Amino acid sequence: MKKMDRNQMAARVAQDIPEGAYVNLGIGLPTLVANHIPQGREVLLHSENGVLGIGPAPAKGAEDDDLINAGKQPVTLLAGGSYFHHADSFAMIRGQHLDFCVLGAFQVSVAGDIANWHTGAPDAIPAVGGAMDLAMGAKNVLVMMEHLTKSGESKLVEYCTYPLTGARCVSRVYTDLAVIDIKPDGMHVVDIVEGLDFAELQRISGVPLKYRETARA
Amino acid sequence: MINKIVASTTEALADVPDGATILIGGFGGAGQPIELVEALIEQGARDLTLVSNNAGNGDTGIAALIAAKRVRKMMCSFPRQPDSWHFDRLYRAGEIELELVPQGNLAERIRAAGAGIGAFFTPTAYGTEIAQGKETREINGRHYVLEYPIHADYALIKAEKGDRWGNLVYRRSARNFNPVMATAARITVATVHEIVELGELDPETVVTPSVYVKRLVKIPKVVRPITALKV
Repeated sequence: MKKMDRNQMAARVAQDIPEGAYVNLGIGLPTLVANHIPQGREVLLHSENGVLGIGPAPAKGAEDDDLINAGKQPVTLLAGGSYFHHADSFAMIRGQHLDFCVLGAFQVSVAGDIANWHTGAPDAIPAVGGAMDLAMGAKNVLVMMEHLTKSGESKLVEYCTYPLTGARCVSRVYTDLAVIDIKPDGMHVVDIVEGLDFAELQRISGVPLKYRETARA
Repeated sequence: MINKIVASTTEALADVPDGATILIGGFGGAGQPIELVEALIEQGARDLTLVSNNAGNGDTGIAALIAAKRVRKMMCSFPRQPDSWHFDRLYRAGEIELELVPQGNLAERIRAAGAGIGAFFTPTAYGTEIAQGKETREINGRHYVLEYPIHADYALIKAEKGDRWGNLVYRRSARNFNPVMATAARITVATVHEIVELGELDPETVVTPSVYVKRLVKIPKVVRPITALKV
């Protein structure tokens, strides 16, 4: 079994973003999805700080410190893109005008709860940014994360032990091992990485998973 | 004749009292009125409540104001940055209060203050610890949390161009919180890089109409390095 790397995960998410979609990509891993949207597919990327229609990264030397994304990286604007203020930007989010947001996470629960902003450690500085607004506002909340923590525990959980970002809001999870839909009756496996069978995925995940093979059995 | 142009950032902030609540525009470095924050540091007002998306970067601007122990409370969505060491240190020492506000709530609470709204119900943060102790309501099958406006004494904002009445336009993503904050303070002070004659700003594209702005200061344009989050 070979785990997907960060770019393979991003490419897998990009497959599911259709032409015409309005999408917000979170800071970190989700930002990579932009690099994998096929040429010619028109997808509009939104950034919390008031940009719709983000283009490719600027050439070295052509960066503009007035044009950045939510991760404070320099970006460009596509022809047809627009700028707006922060309250409008979050009206767009909260008002369910974005088709997808892609968030990183520490944990996702069977019910679709997401925890991604705070470990709750006593000396940690909490920081939430726009994640809670996106979790409640986007039509589809997609999560991209490694399947297991560094110490080997599943990040798919029965109940989140970290403080919640949003309750019952995640629709699909992309990990380095599998793609999993969250439905009212639980977690449904869509894809498994090559060389890993469902029984093993189920064993390391630690939460009940449903899969088409089990449906047949 | 109305003339809101003042000669210096020092003059623009001379009357800020101790204990003031101050909105500070910007998202990262973009649209941050750093010259006004520097003038505020010099001015000396203490015991301040600052409302801004972040809690300072490096050793300048908001970070320097925090390092000088002039800030009693910070209201922001994302204090933790790779270089937010002054805030981090005082927060861990219990010497600065933090009200963590989800970014959309921050923008909307400021907007509500400017728009005369008494409070509003938002789905953001329902079921999380941010909503603990707050009034909630189910409306048409969805859960909402009651949030109150953030009124301020001053708003320090950055725009690109303005005129002597205080009409403003912004540049690219440097717009961010600035136009919303302009509406929510008793005294809004804006910096601009260019002052133009009345009528030169296309009225169709004015972003902040003059009514919201009390003072305007022209400052030179300086290109600053971009601090990106580690990805």
